[in-house]
Amino acid sequence: MKYIDEFRDGDLAQKIAANIAVEVNQRRSYHLMEFCGGHTHAISRYGIVDLLPDNVRMIHGPGCPVCVLPVGRIEYAIQLAQIPHLILCSYGDMLRIPTANGTSLQKIKAQGADVRIVYSCADAVSIAQRNPERPVVFLAIGFETTTPPTAVAIKQAHALGLTNFSVFCNHVLTPSAISHILQSPEVRQLGLMSLDGFIGPAHVSTVIGSRPYEYFAEEFQKPVVIAGFEPLDVMQAILMLIRQLNEGRAEVENEFTRAVLPEGNIKAQLLVAEVFELRRTFEWRGLGLVPYSALKIKSCYADFDAEQRFQIPMTSIADNKACECGAILRGVKQPQDCKIFGTVCTPENPIGSCMVSSEGACAAYYSYGRFRDAYPATKVS
Amino acid sequence: MCLAIPAQVEQLTTEDHAIVNLGGVRKEISLALVENIVPGDYVIVHVGYALQKLDQVEAERTLALFSEMSAMNDDKGNENDESQS
Amino acid sequence: MHSGKVKRGYTRPLDLKNGHIEMNHGSGGRAMTQLIDQLFLAAFDNDFLRQRNDQACFSCTSGRMVIATDSHVITPLFFPGGNIGSLSVHGTINDVVMSGARPHYLAASFILEEGFPLADLKRIVDAMAQAAQAAGVPIITGDTKVVERGSGDGVFITTTGIGMVPEGIHISGENAKPGDKILLSGTMGDHGIAVMSLRDNLSFHTHIESDSASLHDLVATMIAAVPDIHVLRDPTRGGVATALNEIAHQSAVGMMLYEKKLPVRQQVSAACEFLGLDPLYVANEGKLIALCAPDDADQLLTAMRLHPLGNQAAIIGEVIEDSHCFVQMETRFGGKRVVDWLSGEQLPRIC
Repeated sequence: MKYIDEFRDGDLAQKIAANIAVEVNQRRSYHLMEFCGGHTHAISRYGIVDLLPDNVRMIHGPGCPVCVLPVGRIEYAIQLAQIPHLILCSYGDMLRIPTANGTSLQKIKAQGADVRIVYSCADAVSIAQRNPERPVVFLAIGFETTTPPTAVAIKQAHALGLTNFSVFCNHVLTPSAISHILQSPEVRQLGLMSLDGFIGPAHVSTVIGSRPYEYFAEEFQKPVVIAGFEPLDVMQAILMLIRQLNEGRAEVENEFTRAVLPEGNIKAQLLVAEVFELRRTFEWRGLGLVPYSALKIKSCYADFDAEQRFQIPMTSIADNKACECGAILRGVKQPQDCKIFGTVCTPENPIGSCMVSSEGACAAYYSYGRFRDAYPATKVS
Repeated sequence: MCLAIPAQVEQLTTEDHAIVNLGGVRKEISLALVENIVPGDYVIVHVGYALQKLDQVEAERTLALFSEMSAMNDDKGNENDESQS
Repeated sequence: MHSGKVKRGYTRPLDLKNGHIEMNHGSGGRAMTQLIDQLFLAAFDNDFLRQRNDQACFSCTSGRMVIATDSHVITPLFFPGGNIGSLSVHGTINDVVMSGARPHYLAASFILEEGFPLADLKRIVDAMAQAAQAAGVPIITGDTKVVERGSGDGVFITTTGIGMVPEGIHISGENAKPGDKILLSGTMGDHGIAVMSLRDNLSFHTHIESDSASLHDLVATMIAAVPDIHVLRDPTRGGVATALNEIAHQSAVGMMLYEKKLPVRQQVSAACEFLGLDPLYVANEGKLIALCAPDDADQLLTAMRLHPLGNQAAIIGEVIEDSHCFVQMETRFGGKRVVDWLSGEQLPRIC
């Protein structure tokens, strides 16, 4: 498969690994956060950690939109699905997320709710067209990559004059999440948590471009390298970050030049701006309330906003007390630091969403990495 | 983030859609988020939509970068003699 | 002009083109007998069934016998490369032969949903008959029940198979030993992708067909080449990864796979890329895993490759000591990862 296989070549991986080994400064360590869940997955799945020197540590950031969705909003989706005759369409990722009392979309599907997995939100629109007498709700999640398709779907539904289609919008924004981490006490207070640089998300960046990251690089003096989706991209980005840190630079660099322009995809951005606007604040699982970090549907498209259509109270549900997803999402703790990791909380019985989503830090570590010796808990520098 | 894959546009169909081909698997996707796509182009596909055209020149350039020896490697020669069975 | 007299002993034949299953097809009366005669017996026809008993009587030489049973509840019922009928025959034959046994007979019972089209049932039954005949394993007894509309998925089939293990053959999941080589008879994930391409909201177009097939002849060839095979297993639901994890736990060993060696069709890889699936966990229906002593591996591989159902066979890894019973894999990068038990069905993902 062109543009995929070449970017997974094992020999090239060894070359980049050799370059990294030669260029790291042995007298320091490098703490690099990969923000994108896809990168977390690539790192685990290809065993990239085995190709890195010991003094290069990867920290998993909150780049998984499934992991950061608060339980209260999943409850809301479950209540929607239980409305008689309603069809709830969702991406597969959401089906197994557990709520506080252990239920999930998959479980209520088993009990008779009409929950359907779709590959694309366009499929949800088609379902609405084919079932004009039934309300159809699309559960929209995702960062900036996934938002433009939802915008197109809403516009399409509008153009078709569909009166039974609406979207439960949970789209969130990447720069806000990065800001939040960088401003958190653990990072700001020197010595509590080392965070030297970021691997910027791949496909979010194709939409938003590389410019939005310049603020972080400058304000917080941390280098950012936007990396493509494939494991060689991730390794090259790690090398580029190491080079920046060695040279004392804090810039935004783009490794994913084949798909990311400085300005991103303007057409997609304009479409999003037409349909969505910023929420003043939004709850992120594990991070609390984050200002201007999420989108809601504009009032001109209110007919397609499930939160306007359906009178269901939104609840804020606290996480299980033992669950450390919050700290793990912020990169402060590692899965092994959580008391219930691997015992009470497993992929079969996930307590928090870091375990249920395949790219959540806990699931990735459990599935791919728990056979390694655990890294020591976050060290004080 | 999010799962997206580069696929080649085979033919344009009606109303802003196209058939893409990845490794022999064909799927119809939407071109609503991109412009000036012609058959033969590669696009990044996410949840049934093309997000961006893939710049093939840049792709080759990036691959070439991967092969570059580190400037600090000049004296060391090729350390890579690991072979997988 | 006809006198209007009804011909003696005349009953209207089953309408196999446009008819449907009705409750009385399961109630043991004339309608059920007609269904059995005109549909099942007509297709499966053999000496045992012609006796029309509730059981089949057969003699066998003494030795170790094997029995296996499977229920088939898949949807869709029809898929590229087969249907629930052919799948049920192949699947149970495969379960029997994974012990090294020669399969002898099959039993088949059907739970039919009221309203199920007879034309579809005929297609399914004919496919079963074909599969059974090709394998030389007749269906010699069976049962039919009908459930009310809404209580089933059209048709559920349970097949039970009987076979005999030749002298000196001891093949079982707990026989794996550190050092054993792991062989896979062909490409992974064909069946799962063929079936998935039909799912309503996934719609991609591929030429991949299910690999559903009976493996008795391949196994016989393999045993002839290497009688001392340690383990045989056909990876079905959950894919190669699940089967290997099962064996690892049964034998209390670990495993090391080599990603570069895993055989996968390009279209299966591509479909998995679209959906975010890992071919290691996608279902197969016509493949087997074999574990043998390292000295026997090359000979076994050669024998497999000479057989049409094993022509893409490969050595994909080896058994190691490991008290955790992890199945590990050396990725194409040289890094390592664990190939874990699947927790539930793999779902398409966007992240």
